[in-house]
Amino acid sequence: MRWLSEPLLAVDHLSMRFGGLVAINDLSFTVGRGDITALIGPNGAGKTTVFNCITGFYKPTSGRLALSHGGPADPAAVATLTRSDKKRTHGATPELFLLERMPDHAIASEARVARTFQNIRLFPGMTVLENLIVAQHKTLMAASDYSLGGILGLAKYRAAEHKALELARAWLEVVGLVERADDPAGDLPYGAQRRLEIARAMCTNPVLLCLDEPAAGLNNRESAELTRLLRGIRAQTGVSILLIEHDMSVVMDISDHVVVIEYGVKIADGTADAVKNDPKVIAAYLGVDDEEVAAAAAGSVRP
Amino acid sequence: MGAPADALKRALIVGLVTLGLAFPIVALRTDANFSNQLVLTQRWGLAFTLAGIAFVAAFLLALVRPVGFERTTPGKTVTSTPPHPFLRYLPYIGLAFLLAYPFIALGISSAGGTGVLKLVDTYGIQILIYVLLGLGLNIILGLAGLLDLGFVAFYAVGAYSSALLTTTFGLSFWLVLPLAGILAAFWGVMISLPVLRLKGDYIAIVTLAFAEIVRLVLVNWVPVTGGYAGISSIPKPTLFGFSLGSEPGSLPYMLGFPPSPIYRLAFMYYLVLALALAAYWVTIRLRTLPVGRAWEAMREDEIACRSLGINTVTTKVTAFAAGAFFGGLAGAFFSAHYGFISPKSFEFLESAMIVAIVVLGGLGSMVGVAIAATVMIGGTELLRELGLLKAVFGPDFDPAQYRMMLFGLAMVMLMVWRPKGLIATREPTVRLKPPATRGAPAAVPAE
Repeated sequence: MRWLSEPLLAVDHLSMRFGGLVAINDLSFTVGRGDITALIGPNGAGKTTVFNCITGFYKPTSGRLALSHGGPADPAAVATLTRSDKKRTHGATPELFLLERMPDHAIASEARVARTFQNIRLFPGMTVLENLIVAQHKTLMAASDYSLGGILGLAKYRAAEHKALELARAWLEVVGLVERADDPAGDLPYGAQRRLEIARAMCTNPVLLCLDEPAAGLNNRESAELTRLLRGIRAQTGVSILLIEHDMSVVMDISDHVVVIEYGVKIADGTADAVKNDPKVIAAYLGVDDEEVAAAAAGSVRP
Repeated sequence: MGAPADALKRALIVGLVTLGLAFPIVALRTDANFSNQLVLTQRWGLAFTLAGIAFVAAFLLALVRPVGFERTTPGKTVTSTPPHPFLRYLPYIGLAFLLAYPFIALGISSAGGTGVLKLVDTYGIQILIYVLLGLGLNIILGLAGLLDLGFVAFYAVGAYSSALLTTTFGLSFWLVLPLAGILAAFWGVMISLPVLRLKGDYIAIVTLAFAEIVRLVLVNWVPVTGGYAGISSIPKPTLFGFSLGSEPGSLPYMLGFPPSPIYRLAFMYYLVLALALAAYWVTIRLRTLPVGRAWEAMREDEIACRSLGINTVTTKVTAFAAGAFFGGLAGAFFSAHYGFISPKSFEFLESAMIVAIVVLGGLGSMVGVAIAATVMIGGTELLRELGLLKAVFGPDFDPAQYRMMLFGLAMVMLMVWRPKGLIATREPTVRLKPPATRGAPAAVPAE
């Protein structure tokens, strides 16, 4: 129950409308620090939209996305920050970020939320190693004095680049791609591209890693490997993971916490076991008879 | 095996297709006679000759290259294999040739070739100006992937700002040169602002429009730019305050050299060579810096860039500024070298030429840019004076009139032969393992 006792990200009354279409309607849930949280739901339920709101690719219509670094957020501090027109606190502990106010690149570099994409987005023409170096842009940019020191070849930048290479090599070892380091990323097989995208996201040193269908297109053996990889990453770095996944064997296997949404509304929230037996979840996934719908409509109005 | 049989089969097909095509076009010819009637002339001999030529050519080609044109697979970036030892020394050989070029030109002209002034000016300086422009656009188009069809605007800003600063305020060329680069870079930032939200073709349209705006301002702002009359008598650069002409008091005069315009020309040649080499070196450095890697990453996938915390706004602005800086340097050199500028030098055709140089050279490849500039600029000049073609097409043939056509044909052939440009391989900016074999040093920035 870490998502209640020690939340990292609190999604509060999040709504997203595209014209007349309500993709997410008043969605609230929390992501626990150090948890693997799964966001599941039928196709078109709005899972990727939630991701795009969290990572800043969409500006939510309304709602709050509060992220805290280094400890649970104090509700009063969050309320103060919300009332101000600031995007984040500076130098507070815990450091607070209101993601809905930040641009996408700042969410990645300042709030340290990294993501992968449903359809893999690598830099296909660049090598595997370069993909991981680009991910460390922020550190290297600062070390190169915004290119001025770097162009003169100062030792400071060379040391930083060396460090970046070591980090990249460490992640290549984790995902088993050291041998392919100098090959173009586009030449890798599909499963390896998925692993590389995760490694690249981890090179940004995130506190929250958002994975959009990481097991899509993988066979059973590769899915099992992915599960092991994600567990290993969490054990090693303590990063919290939020993932969208359709492969229920993966979800039930690794999730500490599962949030189920349908038509942009949360229908269940709890441990994997609790969610698995929830009648609403079963209905959403398997469908229900018309009588049951009528009975449910008569009994209670859906929130 | 059966390679000759296979080649024969392919050649037979080619021959038959040619015959089929030649039958209506060549074999049957209609002419109007005196009474305005159409007369059918049959020219079977000519049609069969053409088919025979096609057959022999296809047979030989099939023997040499069994798979024909399908050899290169487009759409895939190939990372280079370690180069042959000879290729490793090629950059040094090339550099030595460039440094010795004025002397080589002197040798050619004294051996009875074209005049040395033309060799250095047209083939040396002019090509190097385009190399410098190509290297500038290479950053914007080749590395950052932003299709800028108005690169000539930066060239114009550099040329006019340096011309105005030297003629109006009497500033030295050496002060004006970096200023022109900086002013062009400012213009690059200005252009990049409306472009930030655009993608692909739309960037091309906006940059094209901006270049036209610049040209129209140059044409119409007569009190400042002189309109079509342009700006003339722009002072020539000096070396430590000494002129390089032949008049008394100039450097060659004091050194006791016989009067000749070659000294200034050689000096200008080395100046533009130094600028081009500096641009080359800076680009190599930038590619291995985070900003350069962000440019290339942005070319590959802009959304992925943003998800990694790269601010694509500043990335685009820096790409435009850096590319425009080199364009501005080229413009300042151009105005100082020719001493006269007018809007006619900054028309759309120039932009198209620079884009063609970068695309033909292979996007992102700097050696490719240098080769393409040599082929395109040198080639069009060479075609102008090719007497050889007169022997083929008869004495009435004027090669100067056909040069653009021949040039277009050559470009089409090149794009069929190498769809990704002359140099399609991309050298990684960093390697985990040094390229194995033949003991190549890891840190050689071989491009």
